[in-house]
Amino acid sequence: MTRKPYVRPMRGWWRRDPYFTRYMAREATAVLVLAYAAILLVTIERLAQGRDAFEAWMELLRGRAFLALHLAIVATFVLHTVTWFAIMPKTMPPVEVAGRRLGPAAITGAGLVASLAASVTLFLTLRHLAS
Amino acid sequence: MKRSVQPVFWILFGAGGMLSALVGWMLAWITGIAVPMGLGFPQLGYDSVLAFERHWAGAGLTFVVIALFLWHAAHRIFHTLHDLGVHANAGAWVACYGTAAFGTFAAAALLLSL
Repeated sequence: MTRKPYVRPMRGWWRRDPYFTRYMAREATAVLVLAYAAILLVTIERLAQGRDAFEAWMELLRGRAFLALHLAIVATFVLHTVTWFAIMPKTMPPVEVAGRRLGPAAITGAGLVASLAASVTLFLTLRHLAS
Repeated sequence: MKRSVQPVFWILFGAGGMLSALVGWMLAWITGIAVPMGLGFPQLGYDSVLAFERHWAGAGLTFVVIALFLWHAAHRIFHTLHDLGVHANAGAWVACYGTAAFGTFAAAALLLSL
């Protein structure tokens, strides 16, 4: 008769160390990224269904539940942006500028500036189109 | 050597991660808060949204955002399941990447039908 093998319990492992907690927070952003993509998908589905379906959906989006969800989504995207560019020095191949290797702070900083620039451009473009 | 499809998923994950890191927060603010509430943005109605999504550029932007965000999220969730004690299995694989594939086809079909 063989004894049951010992399996190290995994429950709550990521709460044991702040480094693990930050890792899980970064990975968990994917859940709200998925939710946001689903909301956009439903929006074009309602659009395809016609005026009444679309207006009813917009009314729902104006409700407290969806506004709270969208605030959570925006906050999650900010966390995603910060963590994405924070780990970029480790995920991208080394870059040399003028014979010197670009440091991690420069890579992260450039990413955050790029996000700000791209987002402001998007905002101005969409607002121009909307008005 | 057998070719793996893994790099394809990884590239989609990376592309979706980069796009959402660049514009995700602003896009969610615009479509989720600014437009519904009319905050610094006109409250867009059916006609203007339909016109936007019927234009190739608007439809293209919407498709790329939905598809890449889905593939990014699917890949990340699939790999994080392992850390939660759900070890890589066919069911989880189909659930994650299947959702992304379904959403991608649904987005394309819906946008083309407008």
